[in-house]
Amino acid sequence: MSSKSPDVEALIAQKYRHGFVTDIESDSFPPGLDESVVAAISRKKNEPQFLLDWRLKAFRHWLTMREPVWAHVRFDPIDYQDISYYSAPRAKADAPKSIDEVDPKLLATYEKLGIPLHERARLAGVAVDAVFDSVSVATTFKDKLAKAGVIFCSFSDAVRDHPELIEQYLGSVVPPGDNFYAALNSAVFSDGSFVYVPRGVRCPMELSTYFRINAAKTGQFERTLIVAAEGASVSYLEGCTAPMRDENQLHAAVVELVALDDARIKYSTVQNWYPGDENGVGGIYNFVTKRGECRGRNSKISWTQVETGSAITWKYPSCVLRGEGSVGEFYSVAVTSHRQQADTGTKMIHIGRNTKSTIVAKGISAGRATSAYRGLVKVLPSAEGARNFTQCDSLLMGPHCEAHTFPYMEVRNPSATVEHEASTSKIGEDQLFYCLQRGISAEDAVNMIVSGFCKAVFKELPMEFAVEAQNLLSVSLEGAVG
Amino acid sequence: MLSIVDLQARIAGKTILNGIDLEVRPGEVHAIMGPNGSGKSTLAQVLAGREEYEVTAGRVDFDGRDLLAMPAEERARAGLFLGFQYPVEIPGVNNVYLLKAALNAKRRAAGQPEVDAYEFLALVREKMRIMQMNESFLSRGVNEGFSGGEKKRNEILQMLVLEPKLAILDETDSGLDIDALKVVAQGVNTLRHPERAVVLVTHYQRLLDYVVPDHVHVLARGRIIKSGDRSLALELERRGYDWLLESKVA
Repeated sequence: MSSKSPDVEALIAQKYRHGFVTDIESDSFPPGLDESVVAAISRKKNEPQFLLDWRLKAFRHWLTMREPVWAHVRFDPIDYQDISYYSAPRAKADAPKSIDEVDPKLLATYEKLGIPLHERARLAGVAVDAVFDSVSVATTFKDKLAKAGVIFCSFSDAVRDHPELIEQYLGSVVPPGDNFYAALNSAVFSDGSFVYVPRGVRCPMELSTYFRINAAKTGQFERTLIVAAEGASVSYLEGCTAPMRDENQLHAAVVELVALDDARIKYSTVQNWYPGDENGVGGIYNFVTKRGECRGRNSKISWTQVETGSAITWKYPSCVLRGEGSVGEFYSVAVTSHRQQADTGTKMIHIGRNTKSTIVAKGISAGRATSAYRGLVKVLPSAEGARNFTQCDSLLMGPHCEAHTFPYMEVRNPSATVEHEASTSKIGEDQLFYCLQRGISAEDAVNMIVSGFCKAVFKELPMEFAVEAQNLLSVSLEGAVG
Repeated sequence: MLSIVDLQARIAGKTILNGIDLEVRPGEVHAIMGPNGSGKSTLAQVLAGREEYEVTAGRVDFDGRDLLAMPAEERARAGLFLGFQYPVEIPGVNNVYLLKAALNAKRRAAGQPEVDAYEFLALVREKMRIMQMNESFLSRGVNEGFSGGEKKRNEILQMLVLEPKLAILDETDSGLDIDALKVVAQGVNTLRHPERAVVLVTHYQRLLDYVVPDHVHVLARGRIIKSGDRSLALELERRGYDWLLESKVA
């Protein structure tokens, strides 16, 4: 008799807008992994001996390790011999010297993804390093940044041009044997981004890396290293997408951040890897190790992440608060729908005196998805006066999804203050009806309610990307009104 | 404007409305009174299009349209407003943002251009003055951390901005102290207009001292058992509901 109810389930049906494949000739290794593959990657990049040794050591260690099983995710075993560990668009002769020499197909790909690589284009205030499968294909605004003394380049270029910095900092935050995926990455990483902001320099523009997986049957193993010297500051953002494929693809990245005295690093992620279809077929396994070390006094590292993609997400961007008075922050929105699984959170390790950390984690689950927050706050005996505030909120949409919270606390200094707040709520039928009764469509209402829920995190994103994140969220939760 | 004929509705298999007949004409104020559990709030929710209630019989005509065939948001855009008994909180969503989205939804449906942000703010400020609301309201989340009284004022503020043809106010007076009650009443009286109508659902007659109704109805066991003018409300105040219920049984 009355009209059909707007169904929350239907509202969250997801459409993936970056699922196209770029038809480009590529130079790929056959699937398989042994020491010769590790050596071949190193050779491709003309790496110095120390790096090859480093890789091989990591590889040998990896062989002794097992995949972690404690995360609240389920998937079939990964066959590491069935993955290609290197795939790059075939270069004409040499690597392109400027944007104008980059293959137009690649430029068109990034254009289509909304990341124009021409410096005069829309993201005029943002320098971009574009990583396509295993290699960086372009980095914009290098010259302008160089004038300010900032090094921003692909990891491969950094190995060639600044080997001393790489040798000094690589693996200094995430040691090669840190965990199974980090060890694998250390052995086979192919490219990524490198940032060095020298003493006293405020990086004059936003830096970003855009990761794109294109080739089938490949894994992407990139490495990002950001060093902010004394008094330096930098804001960095990464974005990620991949084509829609029926098989799962592995993305195992490592990100290391180092902040020296009074330095500030703000690292934001908008992760939109292909999540798989509504039945859970395909999608990226996003098994990532991200860690920052506040090495200097009064330094600050802030992680902000908006995670909407990937079939499975396993990541815990963390802060090691070593310097006295250093500050770590983690702001996260993780959206899972259909059959997506996310186990994500952070670790805040308080070592220095008067260190401070803030954790704000928002999980949104819909469909048959599961989302877990896993966080560790560890206060060592040396961390006199340490303070932490943690807030985790979960929002459930529909009756079939799950949200879990696993907060761990280890406090070994009695002067520490650790606060934890958690909540779980449903997108209430009451909230939805309230909006409908005010004439607002069900779709707009859900978007509004979800954005409201995420507001505390979105306000931490750089301005240019807050809007993008908002849009991404609406796309992720978009669907026909049933 | 609103014509209800033999409306019956149930929730979870339990019949709540047992055949309601009611005629509301433009310019009128109706009060619907009755003991707890008589179906007053259900009637308000059914008219607004809440899905949990199943309409089993009857028809409702609103401004020449078949109200029961319209989804809730269309009813709202057509000019039906429900002032909620328990307005929900929507954390992080700004009051003004929601209100602007609501007004624009209505304007789009009427083929009008969206409201200019500057004019909109001026409009909201003007209505806030009537409702004696603090400036801080503008920056707060929808009903987030509001007191009971603030929530009710906010409902009336929304009503004043949206200017509905028909406002159904579900126990808007409950939980208000006398000063807040006067402010709310003033808001409702501001809306009175020869082309608009108001249905007040209330337990108590005290609101009716400030918003004088043209018609008073008593709802019991899902039916209107008595209708009258304002004096009926005063009589109910004096004698309670029992005499009506007993005489009905007898």
